[in-house]
Amino acid sequence: MIDVGKIRAQFPLLHQKVNGENLVYFDNGASTQKPQVVIDAIAQYYSNDNANIHRGVHYLSQKATDKFEETRDTVQAFINANKSCEIIFTKGTTDSINLVANGYRSMLNKGDDIIISEMEHHSNIVPWQMCCEVSGATLKVIPILDNGDLDMDAFENLLSEKTKLVAVTHISNALGTINPVEKLIALTHKVGAKILIDGAQATPHTLVDVQGLDVDFYCFSAHKMYGPTGVGVLYGKEALLNELPPYQGGGEMIKEVSFEKTTYADLPHKFEAGTPNIAGVIAFKAAMDFITDLGISTIAKHEDTLVQYATKQLLTISGMQFIGEAKKRAALVSFNIEGLHPYDIGVLLDKMGIAIRTGHHCAQPIMEHYKVSGTARMSFAIYNTKEEIDSCITAIKKAQTMLA
Amino acid sequence: MGTIVAIQAELVEEFDMFEDWMEKYEYIIDLGKSLPMIDDKHKIEDNLIKGCQSRVWLHADNDNGIITYTADSDAIITKGIVAILIRVLSKQKAAEIAKADLVFIDKIGLKEQLSQTRANGLLSMVKEMKLYALALKDR
Repeated sequence: MIDVGKIRAQFPLLHQKVNGENLVYFDNGASTQKPQVVIDAIAQYYSNDNANIHRGVHYLSQKATDKFEETRDTVQAFINANKSCEIIFTKGTTDSINLVANGYRSMLNKGDDIIISEMEHHSNIVPWQMCCEVSGATLKVIPILDNGDLDMDAFENLLSEKTKLVAVTHISNALGTINPVEKLIALTHKVGAKILIDGAQATPHTLVDVQGLDVDFYCFSAHKMYGPTGVGVLYGKEALLNELPPYQGGGEMIKEVSFEKTTYADLPHKFEAGTPNIAGVIAFKAAMDFITDLGISTIAKHEDTLVQYATKQLLTISGMQFIGEAKKRAALVSFNIEGLHPYDIGVLLDKMGIAIRTGHHCAQPIMEHYKVSGTARMSFAIYNTKEEIDSCITAIKKAQTMLA
Repeated sequence: MGTIVAIQAELVEEFDMFEDWMEKYEYIIDLGKSLPMIDDKHKIEDNLIKGCQSRVWLHADNDNGIITYTADSDAIITKGIVAILIRVLSKQKAAEIAKADLVFIDKIGLKEQLSQTRANGLLSMVKEMKLYALALKDR
């Protein structure tokens, strides 16, 4: 058993009143709060270690570079990558996906297919639409079943020798569905295509082993894993990253520059133009250590308990409609209440100090599938409690009375 | 019909009577329920102001420089605030609407509802109401 009280004590932000009530933070799917160790790591960096990396011969530059590269090694271990040069630091998952999609613009042609799914976040839709626009490739979409699972039969039918790339989410941010990534990857490889997995919602809750999965590209964000905003990771198999053209030009990503010809740096620097978010990357290590120390399975187990409890309690509310009831779900509950607009629920809950997410969750095609304008979503993290769920349920009932 | 300034003062006085946020929002919800809905023929894509979360339809009628607004929203709280905005700006002279300083928003504690992050379409609605008046005022 974990001591949630002890964990909560490490998150200064949680101990505050919002609109006169104790804050209940259930918007972890959007961004988690940060433990003191992460905040300290940022302060420590700017107080003692700040200098630009990979450039200076001086002491501070060396120190900052070492710490920055330490995080890369930690990420490598965290997702079990083969080499640390396969870890590219980006601004976030969106940036990681754009990096790959931008590279594929020049690698695809008319007649090639890219496959995504109906449950994707806009950041795993729009970059591929842009890629198709430039390359002439065709975008195909795996439909979802009404319970929120991917239609795997439809996926198999979409796959062909024309398929060059499949880009699918590991866990849906709007439905909580855990997709069968092993199966998706195996089926994709069978037709000789590559696959990118959007792991933004997965790395905070699930053990990810990129070698075990044999995934080609895997993207995630630090800020959903108790780490800082503005830091993300693109994992890619070394050979594939070598084939992929650079994304942005600038400092750090070059080997030699002349006006006749510029040659690019080796991995991972080829994709890391410009001065990165050094403080954020360094603090991200503290966030991963925080997760590893607790144990990702411990975290997942706690969150599962909360999802089950919340589901049971939400059912005591009249007119409750769950959106997404996939066989395997993680860390969140998405719902609507008959006759009520999610926005109204969100506004009134906020007045009672409770932060939930309402709206389309940047996944409008899913909302279209369920014919709703949006949903209300409670998403959990390691520091949430059953008592907080009780407060939220009471608040929803109060809102329902007010809106009736 | 009072002036825009007078109506705003009335509103501030009314809202001052509320003891807490619940009373205030109950009132807004009631306003939302009682707002005469926009005529169905005006509830069209062209009149839709897309917020990220709630949608607002706005229609304006011009009668010799006097503008009458009708509106609707799919969210009741948004609709209540729409009703308040209509009470302040509708059936006024275009020139008055265009130059109106909506000080009441801050004074009755609804600034948060009209902020960017709310993404409820209300901020765009105020802009649209003013733009319509601005386009008419010099004719």
